[in-house]
Amino acid sequence: MSAKKSILIINQSAPYGSSNGRESLDLALTCSIFEMPVSLLFVGDGLYQLINNQSPEQLQMKKHEAMLSALPMYDIDQIYVTAEDLSENDLTENDLAMPVTLIQRDVIASLIQQNDSVLTF
Amino acid sequence: MKFSLVIHASPFSAQTSSTAYRYAKCLLDEGHQIFRIFYYGDGVLVANQQITPPQDESNLLTAWQALAEEHALDLVVCIAAAVKRGILDENEAKRYEKPNANLASGFELSGLGQLAEAIAVSDRVVTFGS
Amino acid sequence: MTLHVINKTPSNLPLYHRMLNGLSAGDGILLIEDAVYAGLSAHQALFEGLPIDIKLGALEADIQARGLTHRLSPTFTLVNDKAFVQLSCEHDKVVSWY
Repeated sequence: MSAKKSILIINQSAPYGSSNGRESLDLALTCSIFEMPVSLLFVGDGLYQLINNQSPEQLQMKKHEAMLSALPMYDIDQIYVTAEDLSENDLTENDLAMPVTLIQRDVIASLIQQNDSVLTF
Repeated sequence: MKFSLVIHASPFSAQTSSTAYRYAKCLLDEGHQIFRIFYYGDGVLVANQQITPPQDESNLLTAWQALAEEHALDLVVCIAAAVKRGILDENEAKRYEKPNANLASGFELSGLGQLAEAIAVSDRVVTFGS
Repeated sequence: MTLHVINKTPSNLPLYHRMLNGLSAGDGILLIEDAVYAGLSAHQALFEGLPIDIKLGALEADIQARGLTHRLSPTFTLVNDKAFVQLSCEHDKVVSWY
């Protein structure tokens, strides 16, 4: 495989209601196995993937939060959330399942610029 | 230039899968190279050999197959997404003891590593989401 | 430079806002599929205040299919499939908003 290309995965889907979130994390973990630098941006409805205390037992679905907890083990620690999305939902970092890097919305453009490839889910 | 495409969209309920086909065809017409086309999520549904559209509707499956044959395209279907949706090659049909395989010819089942590799080696990766 | 490709109608406002937030100088926007309705003059407020060098395009086949050929705002350029491919090459990457 050629030189390591950085990838930004933009998550804009809520968990459980669609499978986009799971598919995106599967790809993130795979890219990390291939030693590609991966950044994850959770924006818009994507923020809801990160809310803590998820209990999907009655839905008989896999816990999204558990999948997120695998990210640090795969050395994926570039996880971005916008301060605006948090405040528009009356949420704080304490509501999130994992530590994230808070950015202002206008930083998204430079995240897109900095990465070699950008995939959206 | 070397392109790879990622197709998430169902061929039945969204226009996107057919946009992706037109784009792929145009890339090749313009002399570009397609390293790989990766079907993910509901995008894998196009690889079911049993697809039988009404006669007055276009057949995306046979269109992809013809394009793949003409240009030796690498059409990779996400194995996890496909098996879950009942699209099996001979191996998977045997493994899960299903009566028959239905992966259309010209496509192959493989893992997400194929997408990671495509991202790593392609000049452009274009996503066709639903 | 990034080519931003969007495929949903302008009633998906948050999606448009996310895309517009992701713009940098020199980027391009291409409306495809249902997004071509955002090319109607009535929706041009969405694209006001963008940096002057953001190029706006709409995919010709989708415009024609939906009866918008004579209704497309003059701020948008008609882009055929060949030009879509060309735009994909001219920009460093393509980001799809859907």
